[in-house]
Amino acid sequence: MAHTLDLESIVEAFSGKNVGMGVDEKALISTLGNSHKDHRKLFRKASKNFFVEDEQRAFEKCHDQFVKHLKLEFSRFNNAVVMWSMHPWERDARVVKKALKKGDECYSLIVEVACTRSSEDLLGARKAYHSLFDQSMEEDIASNIHGSRRKLLVGLVSAYRYEGNKVKDDSAKSDAKILAEAVASPGEKAIENDEVVRILSTRSKLHLQQLYKHFNQIKGSDLLAGVSDSSLLNDALLCLLKPSVYFSKILNASLNKDADKGTKKWLTRVFVTRADHSDEMKDIAEEYNQRYGETLAQNIQEKIRGNYRDFLLTLLSKSN
Amino acid sequence: LFKSEDVPLHCIHYNYRQRKDRERERSSLNPTMASLKVPTNVPLPEEDAEQLHKAFAGWGTNEKLIISILAHRTSAQRSLIRSAYAAAYNEDLLKALDKELSSDFERVVMLWTLDPAERDAFLAKESTKMFTKNNWVLVEIACTRSPLDLFKVKQAYQARYKKSLEEDVAQHTSGDLRKLLLPLVSTFRYEGDEVNMRLARSEAKLLHEKVSEKAFSDDDFIRILTTRSKAQLGATLNHYNNEYGNAINKHLKEDSDDEYLKLLRAAITCLTYPEKHFEKVLRLAINKMGTDEWALTRVVTTRTEVDMERIKEEYQRRNSIPLHHAVAKDTSGDYEDMLVSLLGHGDV
Repeated sequence: MAHTLDLESIVEAFSGKNVGMGVDEKALISTLGNSHKDHRKLFRKASKNFFVEDEQRAFEKCHDQFVKHLKLEFSRFNNAVVMWSMHPWERDARVVKKALKKGDECYSLIVEVACTRSSEDLLGARKAYHSLFDQSMEEDIASNIHGSRRKLLVGLVSAYRYEGNKVKDDSAKSDAKILAEAVASPGEKAIENDEVVRILSTRSKLHLQQLYKHFNQIKGSDLLAGVSDSSLLNDALLCLLKPSVYFSKILNASLNKDADKGTKKWLTRVFVTRADHSDEMKDIAEEYNQRYGETLAQNIQEKIRGNYRDFLLTLLSKSN
Repeated sequence: LFKSEDVPLHCIHYNYRQRKDRERERSSLNPTMASLKVPTNVPLPEEDAEQLHKAFAGWGTNEKLIISILAHRTSAQRSLIRSAYAAAYNEDLLKALDKELSSDFERVVMLWTLDPAERDAFLAKESTKMFTKNNWVLVEIACTRSPLDLFKVKQAYQARYKKSLEEDVAQHTSGDLRKLLLPLVSTFRYEGDEVNMRLARSEAKLLHEKVSEKAFSDDDFIRILTTRSKAQLGATLNHYNNEYGNAINKHLKEDSDDEYLKLLRAAITCLTYPEKHFEKVLRLAINKMGTDEWALTRVVTTRTEVDMERIKEEYQRRNSIPLHHAVAKDTSGDYEDMLVSLLGHGDV
């Protein structure tokens, strides 16, 4: 046996003490790759989390969980690269399609795509949707979502907002008054309100910024401080008015060590879809820093491993 | 050649596939359904611009010259003439026309000279204003233009009016009208020919349920009409017709004065059989006491380069006289000359 087995570093390479993301491919190559088969037997016997001893048949069997975990962790880099190579329109179309399939909890992803992209990019995503799925985004959403959320979601994805710099202050003020009254409604009543849907799905972002100012004066409270019972409405407002805050919040959630499988995937999505917009990525990184004390780069360095980490850091550095 | 008289009227309304096949057949003989007549040797845009400038010169205006040029140029050619005119005389051709012309003749020439997207944006803006309110125009634009052309209209609208078409439509409508019109102008329909027959059956059934309950502004009812592709909608409505004995529009005649139902029927016709809608608008405009010039002008300027030949066929079939004869009887002077030229019966 050429050298002793560094058990700890192999385990660390696979899953890390803090259960971060990604796999340390280099470490695995140098330790496991270099190992003798007896070393690996020792490794299997010692790793009770990964292998279970089948005493009757005298071998160490893989935990299903181990296989699944590895598949997921190895695929993070793969998924990020594939997504990064895709045209932005296709990326967004696929995000919406997937969110639609997953159901309820993922509808905020539809809001994210509809509200944080430029008018041309959203139109592009809708064109890509035609090409990929042989139907329009709005018809798919409308026929698969029922109840109070349908109106708002269809309205948001159908938007083709004016992006110039003309704004009518009195319109913004009267819209603010309408919104101020409507957001007080309980449950999802606010998004069933036709006027709320009209304002959120047809007004330009500049108009909404003006509305935001007036709202805070009228109500004395912050429109973006979770003002409604409807989480979809709150997400839409945040995405339309302060996307960097929205993105820094979901990045923080995905980097949390207790985050679930789905939430952890947000990290790839945010990085890959925003990295081409270096101004926005800069804003997100700054916002993150202000809110959570440490820099995004630091957090990623600590919690992510391997090619996945390097890829994310590369995307992040493009914005500097 | 497939003759429309061979098939009972109600069967050909919604059969999208059959219509597409007929169109392809006809297209091979007549490559375009436009009625516009353009000379084989078109002068250079600079020459046309010079002639137009001459037409404005001195006292009075040479309307015949204006018609002989503008009514016989495609939108691409008219666009070049506008650029050439601006370059040579430092003035927008449209401004010059506005100064020189008046009344119905001015309106038809102005609307005609604009490129299709600008024209639709102008008409849409007009239709949202208080004194010129006209929801039919919005339905026509939303339902008879191709999805990509509709986006060009929206871009032209934003460029000219510094706001979006959707926000104006939303702001100036309410209730059921908004429920129908806003999605109609916002939607970006899939343009493929594929049809899901199972879906056509289930959605035809759903439409019929809502119609039986008189729930004409039901969410699902509107969803189907405002999001499905034209091909899918055609199949659905065709199935409705076969299954329930009548075309859906016959079941939407509950109250003949109800604006919402009128617009709903118009939207359905525009989406599935546009020339039928335009024939009706023309017929009502001409038969009306004193003529509805704005409707006449609108249909002629917006359809001349698209499907006016089909509309003329439809008109002849229904009214037993050619459209240009009816127009000539009902209008006069330069306005009449311009319309008849656009319909393809002026002198080239």
